[in-house]
Amino acid sequence: MSGIPTTEYLKKCTSSCPGCSATLILRYVLKAAGPDTILVVPACCTSVLQGVYPNTSFDVPVYNVAFASAAAVASGVAAACEYTGKKTNIIAFAGDGGTVDIGIQALSGALERDTNFLYICYDNEAYGNTGMQRSGSTPHGAITTTTPTGKRHFKKDLDRIVSAHNIPYMATSCAAYPKDIYTKVQKALSIKGPKFMHILTPCPPGWRYSSEKSIELGKLAVKTGIWAMYERENGKLKLSSQTIAAIRKPLPIEDYMSPQGRFKGLDPSQLTKTKQEIQFNLRRLEREAREADEDGAEEGA
Amino acid sequence: MNENKHTTLSTGNNAVATAVRDAKVQVVAAYPITPQTEVVEQIANFCENGIFDAKYIPVESEHSAMAACIGASIMGTRAFTATSSHGLLYMHEMINWAAGARLPIVMANINRALGPGWNIWADHSDALQTRDTGWLQVYVSTVQEAYDTTLMAFRIAEDQRVYLPVMINLDGFALSHINQLLTTEPIEKIQAFIPPYHLDHAIDPNNPRGYGTMTAADQFVQIRYDIERSMRASCAVIEEAEQEFAKACGRTYSWTDEYLCDDAEILIISMGTLGKEAEVAVDILREEGVKAGSMRLRWFRPFPDIQSRLVGRDLVVIDRDYSFGYGGIIASSIRAKTGLESYNVIAGLGGQEVTYLDIASFVRERKIGKEVWFGIEETKNGYEISRSDI
Repeated sequence: MSGIPTTEYLKKCTSSCPGCSATLILRYVLKAAGPDTILVVPACCTSVLQGVYPNTSFDVPVYNVAFASAAAVASGVAAACEYTGKKTNIIAFAGDGGTVDIGIQALSGALERDTNFLYICYDNEAYGNTGMQRSGSTPHGAITTTTPTGKRHFKKDLDRIVSAHNIPYMATSCAAYPKDIYTKVQKALSIKGPKFMHILTPCPPGWRYSSEKSIELGKLAVKTGIWAMYERENGKLKLSSQTIAAIRKPLPIEDYMSPQGRFKGLDPSQLTKTKQEIQFNLRRLEREAREADEDGAEEGA
Repeated sequence: MNENKHTTLSTGNNAVATAVRDAKVQVVAAYPITPQTEVVEQIANFCENGIFDAKYIPVESEHSAMAACIGASIMGTRAFTATSSHGLLYMHEMINWAAGARLPIVMANINRALGPGWNIWADHSDALQTRDTGWLQVYVSTVQEAYDTTLMAFRIAEDQRVYLPVMINLDGFALSHINQLLTTEPIEKIQAFIPPYHLDHAIDPNNPRGYGTMTAADQFVQIRYDIERSMRASCAVIEEAEQEFAKACGRTYSWTDEYLCDDAEILIISMGTLGKEAEVAVDILREEGVKAGSMRLRWFRPFPDIQSRLVGRDLVVIDRDYSFGYGGIIASSIRAKTGLESYNVIAGLGGQEVTYLDIASFVRERKIGKEVWFGIEETKNGYEISRSDI
């Protein structure tokens, strides 16, 4: 892919599931970060797919830590780097459970304390490592092993929670767009202070589709508008081109949902609610991006 | 007298904070809890006033306090935290992680009761619930001992033969908040006593490794066994540190703090500030012609080898703790290690007032093999727990 280094920091011996897009994004995250990087990984799929002690398939140091502790451990790593003057990139790489649920307190604390690190939540919308139980990030209506008839609650809006911390940089992305991930990670790491990225990672066993369709589903998530891609720099929202296109001409949400076994039980009223939620969310983002544009224009004038 | 020594009035908490400053700790992450608060407040003051260059992380919980110390320590910086009671238990998961990751973190725990009901007073149940985590545990009884032991803790933890965390325990209020004279040592002397922090297994991006990856049983057993091997090796390291400290600073410490034990027919065994109370009780009993002595345990992990000192004497063991369904933790540890029965007095829970007069009474009323709960009438003549029933 043009502009992306050919150096690999993930070796071809991870124990990921076929079609795992979380592993794919980590490949590009590390290409963007380079070798002077430390990964802090709480309990999640990434903690098991590295390989078994004393071996590792990652070519950067990985500190595996307890479920709720990623952002707090990263705070300590960052303090040590600050004390010793090291410029090492510190990246917490955590799943949705470790971020929106059990790890949210530590994340909030680290963001509030202006910790110099990048926190990446790779979101496969359930507790993947333990066999696909629901998480706070599971979408409405999705079947998981603890919501056998479909989740009754809506997906937690993590990004609004994070943005309330007024951090210098946050972004969303999706595994289907590696170049977007690469660019945003590079940008994030060029900024001092707390940075946050939320990346949708389609999961074949969890979402119940065949493993060659991860990229296709990632693209459909963005093109239908159920997943929006944007950046928020110093509070100002900028929609990514893929999401601008989706707002102008969205694909029907059924195109995204019907290939996935987890939405099999969705009834018409749930589908209507999901459509309303997508519309509400996109309109809010569009409005916010327009306001940021206008503010920028005023400042420039 | 060394002119660089400085003597002042200090609380136990301030003594710990001062030792942390003097030991040149590099990262402190802590969350306030009564009665530990003065430790973190004082450290924050030192940092803000520019007399201490540590990075102070005001974390949002104790779980994160220990997590941040773990992050700092694995990066090759000296890390410290302090907590108490519920804070200690809230970080319990990370306490295990710190020892398992072989990180020489030092923590002060201000011993306090566990709720409910809310009780902020001295009790050893908090620390003793973490005794099996791979931390070295030491219990102190004076302000000076708190300062000295905190300094020694860094040297002991960071010794390559140990590489395990150390927890210094101070009784809530009874030591944390009282004022006594404290002599601090000149920085040069402390720096000579505590070598610069070095961790063989520190994270280095030039030598990328997986830390805490999935581990199969064979290797896991080896890793756990290595912890125990280092725990045993720490005995020599503790003795060396205490001897070197005595040479450097002139104050002597050991596994136990003994008062008139050599010819004693009865030993009062305790931990923390009750040990100082017991010394007064010994004086009273000696005046009555009762040959009593006081043995205050300083180290609880590793457990001291005290069998030869105990054999042939009546043991009165005061437990400021309890293991429900079993008994006082110190008394049962002594029984398990030595086979010796004692008169086990459960006293001082939740800050219960226990005076030297009370302790003298325990000795007079002793019934070896029995357990009593001080202040609970129905156990006054010995509460028989049939261990075969448990």
